[in-house]
Amino acid sequence: MSDAVPNEVLNLENIACPNNFVRTKLKLEEMETGQTLEVILDDGEPIRNVPRAVKEEGHEILKAEKIDNKWKILIKKI
Amino acid sequence: MKLTDAQIERYSRQLILPNIGGKGQEKILNAKVLVIGAGGLGSPASLYLASAGVGKIGIVDSDKVEVNNLQRQIVHSTSTVGKPKVDSAKERLNAINPEIEIVPFNLRLTSANIMDIIKDYDIVVDGSDNFPTRFLVNDACVLAKKPLSHGGIFRFDGQAITILPGESACYRCLFPEPPPPGLVPSCQEAGILGVVAGIIGTIQANEVLKYILKTGDLLTGRLLVFNALDSSFRQVKVPKDPNCPVCGKNPTVTELIDYEQFCQVKPRSAAGGSDG
Ligand SMILES: [Zn+2]
Repeated sequence: MSDAVPNEVLNLENIACPNNFVRTKLKLEEMETGQTLEVILDDGEPIRNVPRAVKEEGHEILKAEKIDNKWKILIKKI
Repeated sequence: MKLTDAQIERYSRQLILPNIGGKGQEKILNAKVLVIGAGGLGSPASLYLASAGVGKIGIVDSDKVEVNNLQRQIVHSTSTVGKPKVDSAKERLNAINPEIEIVPFNLRLTSANIMDIIKDYDIVVDGSDNFPTRFLVNDACVLAKKPLSHGGIFRFDGQAITILPGESACYRCLFPEPPPPGLVPSCQEAGILGVVAGIIGTIQANEVLKYILKTGDLLTGRLLVFNALDSSFRQVKVPKDPNCPVCGKNPTVTELIDYEQFCQVKPRSAAGGSDG
């Protein structure tokens, strides 16, 4: 399932904390339970903060991979 | 309704909160709150409600801004002295948040006009400084089944309670009748520390936001009492009184009453009604 095409994609490159999390949270609110969201994040603070905050809201991080100096994470809405 | 980029930016620090998010922010943007009195309590209450994005805020006050108000009525400025308080407040609140609607009511509330004014709002904040207005607002809210946040301040003390008519105790369950004229000193006589107004008015704004968001526990059935000198908060349980003159089983107050104003110091100005 994690190899399937995500339901939604959000590119949050160059978006600082906590606005990257705000955007992620608002997108997840609009989605259905069980759907997946792919988020592109910068390295550093964003990758340290956003997945943790997403988990605190009760969602699942299915995958996190580093591509050059960006991160691609896959979230499952719970 | 979808939040704009500008709204996401403006409200981001509260959008993050688990109890708010995009859906909660939409509730706040769609909410209509009436603030009675643009004084010591109405100032912080309206400042926080406007900042949070409450879509429509009505403000009732018949007074003009005076220099001696500025020590506690923080919505006003030295530059707005002499202007009607409602216009001064509107100016400041829209300067903070231009996207919300501020409706000024430059008038004194009476039994003849209050029902028509409160009917358009979801919840009422009472920041009035006198017993006639306080009882009038309580009775009108009970009769119209309109949620009400009561706040009162006196010297170094403050109190607040939230009233859900029919469900929780009202102001008359606590104080059945206004005190006789002359027994209680007016705010002008008593004096008031500005921060006490700030703390209680801010608690009232918090009650309104929780009511709008349907989150947390409202201050219903319990009176919060604050003392600034020892920095203490106490809570006093206030059960619904079955013999309450307005919300009890056999109410004697079935229509609105205009009690006489009895402030001896500044009768005309104090009749307007804001804060303390
Ligand atoms: Zn009552």
